[in-house]
Amino acid sequence: MTAEGNEPDVALLDPWADAALAIELFAVDPFLLKGVTLHGWPGPQRDTLCGWIRALLPEWAPMLRVPLHVTDDRLLGGVSLAATLQAGRVIEERGLLVQAHGGVLVLPMAERIEPNVASHLGAALDRGELLLAREGLAGAYPARVGVVALDEGIDGERAPAALRDRLGFEVQLGLLDPQGPADEPPEATRVARARGSIAEVTIDDAHVEALCRAGEVLGITSLRAPLLAVGAARAHAALQGRAEVGDEDTAVAARLVLGPRATRIPVSEPEESEPQQPEPENDDAEQIEPDRAARPEPQAEGDGASQDRPLEDLVVEAARSGIPAGLLDALALGRERRASSRRAGHAGELRVSNVGGRPAGVVARMPSGDERLNVVETLRAAAPWQPLRRREQGLDTRPGRGPILLRRDDFRVTRFQQRAETRVIFAVDASGSAALQRLAEAKGAVEQVLADCYVRRDHVALVAFRGKGTVLLLPPTRSLVHVRRSLAGLAGGGTTPLAAGIDAALGLAIDARKRGQTPVLVMMTDGRANIARDGQPDRAAGEADALAGARSVRALGIRTLFLDTSPRPRDAARLLAEAMGAKYLPLPYLDAVGISRQVQLLAASAS
Amino acid sequence: MAVFPFTAIVAQDELKLALELVAIDPAIGGVLVFGDRGTGKSTAVRALAQLLPHIRLVEGCRYNRDPDGEPGCVEGCPCGGKKRPRAVEAPVPVVDLPLGATEDRVVGALDLEAALTRGERVFSPGLLARANRGFLYIDEVNLLPDHLVDLLLDVAASGENVVEREGIGIRHPARFVLIGSGNPEEGELRPQLLDRFGLSLDVKTPEDIPTRVEVVKRRAAFERSPKAFTDKWAAKERALTSRLKQSRARLAEVTTPDTVLERAAILCKSLGTDGLRGELTLVRAARAAASLAGETVVSDVHLRKVATLALRHRLRRNPLDESASSTRVERALEQVFAA
Repeated sequence: MTAEGNEPDVALLDPWADAALAIELFAVDPFLLKGVTLHGWPGPQRDTLCGWIRALLPEWAPMLRVPLHVTDDRLLGGVSLAATLQAGRVIEERGLLVQAHGGVLVLPMAERIEPNVASHLGAALDRGELLLAREGLAGAYPARVGVVALDEGIDGERAPAALRDRLGFEVQLGLLDPQGPADEPPEATRVARARGSIAEVTIDDAHVEALCRAGEVLGITSLRAPLLAVGAARAHAALQGRAEVGDEDTAVAARLVLGPRATRIPVSEPEESEPQQPEPENDDAEQIEPDRAARPEPQAEGDGASQDRPLEDLVVEAARSGIPAGLLDALALGRERRASSRRAGHAGELRVSNVGGRPAGVVARMPSGDERLNVVETLRAAAPWQPLRRREQGLDTRPGRGPILLRRDDFRVTRFQQRAETRVIFAVDASGSAALQRLAEAKGAVEQVLADCYVRRDHVALVAFRGKGTVLLLPPTRSLVHVRRSLAGLAGGGTTPLAAGIDAALGLAIDARKRGQTPVLVMMTDGRANIARDGQPDRAAGEADALAGARSVRALGIRTLFLDTSPRPRDAARLLAEAMGAKYLPLPYLDAVGISRQVQLLAASAS
Repeated sequence: MAVFPFTAIVAQDELKLALELVAIDPAIGGVLVFGDRGTGKSTAVRALAQLLPHIRLVEGCRYNRDPDGEPGCVEGCPCGGKKRPRAVEAPVPVVDLPLGATEDRVVGALDLEAALTRGERVFSPGLLARANRGFLYIDEVNLLPDHLVDLLLDVAASGENVVEREGIGIRHPARFVLIGSGNPEEGELRPQLLDRFGLSLDVKTPEDIPTRVEVVKRRAAFERSPKAFTDKWAAKERALTSRLKQSRARLAEVTTPDTVLERAAILCKSLGTDGLRGELTLVRAARAAASLAGETVVSDVHLRKVATLALRHRLRRNPLDESASSTRVERALEQVFAA
């Protein structure tokens, strides 16, 4: 399917051919198609695809790697310390975004990039230029780049949605045969020819419309998707040497661009049932994104007409074939795209507060350890004294001559904002023993505490446990939109896997510490464990396991508030609270406001 | 770089109205635009910039002074702060505050180049100076570091930027309309900053197919050939520019009857908005809406048209209240106007 013509029926089924095609289309115009997400673990497949991209881009086009924890001055540009000190005048250094103009940026471990990096990339992808206002640099620099995101994320941890939404293609590396492609690698000359002709390629309204409708049928809200598909269709037409986009180009674009973004399965059969019936019993994902399920069925109006629209059917069918198998299963289960939880992930990667986080002003002191020197502010501090110091040293005092003399007092260090951030972790017992009306009360309390946390800009996470396991209802967030959704969907009933709940909360607390946050734990339970850690229903083992978990909470010194949700205070809960070293409060004697005040007291004493 | 024409933006009527209103009367305050990704928030703001009528500036002034204003300028400004300065016409400045902007570039700082190469102590103005008498656009305003937010609040409130650093003490006017955009899923905005915006709205990705098709069609046409596309819309752009110009000129003649003021007061009271700022903004926005409609007397129609924009972010917030603020405003409107 690479060199000559397409035989769709055969080629469709080979993931390597689709991957090759995506790479080719991207290489025709990286800025138009914005990028490719290569999702999966490193391996020969990924190396092959990256090699192809390099080979298909023009020789002069840069292909630069962005280090994972890239600093703003490397990404955007800044003042070069070494060159400036040597030259005695300001020497600017272009950032990676500007250096990559006309080419491609490669993002290793894209699932771990900082939100601000994603945001800079997004702005550059949208505008094709970089607006700068930092460290003496100001202006608009051309930055027409494409992005190759190497996304090794699993489960909820993925490259930021804001970035993935902007990139044209996504290739699942796991689907590619590790033996390598059956076909020849794509041809650079064909891509180069397409690059020369794509500006002339037009697309008519019918094809644009078909792509938009296909997007709607697949439940893709973002308008970037159909727009990227239009670009892909044009690039494909250019590859095929056509001046106008045809049905086949549109079908390919739908398969490669729209398919992987599907959030629901297009129903081709008459059964009109919404694929994701919210199940009242279960489940987590529904509650995180309930609005998708609740959305009015848009096919209602378009459906009758679609029979007269063979083009549209073709496009939808093509897009459907582009939905990766794993996603299809997940969609069928209703566990579509979970909210992007940004967990710390790989063990051992501690974030050190004085090198990470957001810059928060500058202080005058010598950089020590791994603190970051602020070059520009240091030079600014030194600049006014240069004539004087040079005279003292008997050096040439004319400005711009000779080295810049720095003194201890000149040094400036960038401060980072990671101080005293609090993460409040709620572990809520949603089991049957915690009775439904108590659950409602607990929700009320959680809401009140959350509202207060919001004012103080704390991070909030919510774990619920019932039945056989725990559910991370709310990954650590400051977004109230998420909070509201997940709370609304919290249902009660079932057994009490208390140990598992404590473990999950503990995990979040340890994670908070890794990020330089102060964890505060709020347990809401009646303490009646009846599920052991291994998931077996066993009251004695369950209680013992819960007690063991409670002791580790104490051992780690995590501040904890224990709210006993049972109608009458009981010993079991109090003992558990004691084992945790927690402050014990029976819920009946407290209202929501009172609880919130207790949490705040605790947070204040912890930080 | 070519900018997508304002008049070519499909739907998003509320967004366009809000931007037009603050263009007519900057005293309304800023606009806060929250919404999904890819809804064209930033497109609209940038598009607005190029169709605003030009303003008169002191030639060579780095602080965008008005030639008809008080003489005098910051020391070191090339304009020299003369009494009868030469005036030039220029587009209304729209300044981007990029994420990752550093404090020195926002407020201004010692000019390093001049200090190191010429040994001079010169103040190099920042974004706040360039935004004077124009617009300051902050994308992803909710991700802005706190220390910058504090700084912006202070300047927006006082209309003046005071710089004390590196042995430089300088103050200069910095009056600007804040336009912020962001995605609420990525972080909340502090209430103090929220209140600083005159108008606020949520934009949504259009859901009906014909609108979506039109958006993609226009966008694709623009991407393919920006020049041809903007040429096609040039006449509409010019028409809106002159309409805005006339509306601005008319604004001084627009009168607000007591009945309308009363309605505004009742509306704010029934919604329990904090302070008087809501009422003032509501009436101001209604005047601008009247002027935009070519009328010289504010009526209930105008009040209704702007009430949600002006009030929805000022309600006593229960951040977890499921019912949207705009619904609450709508409900109050029904009651007040039914009476």
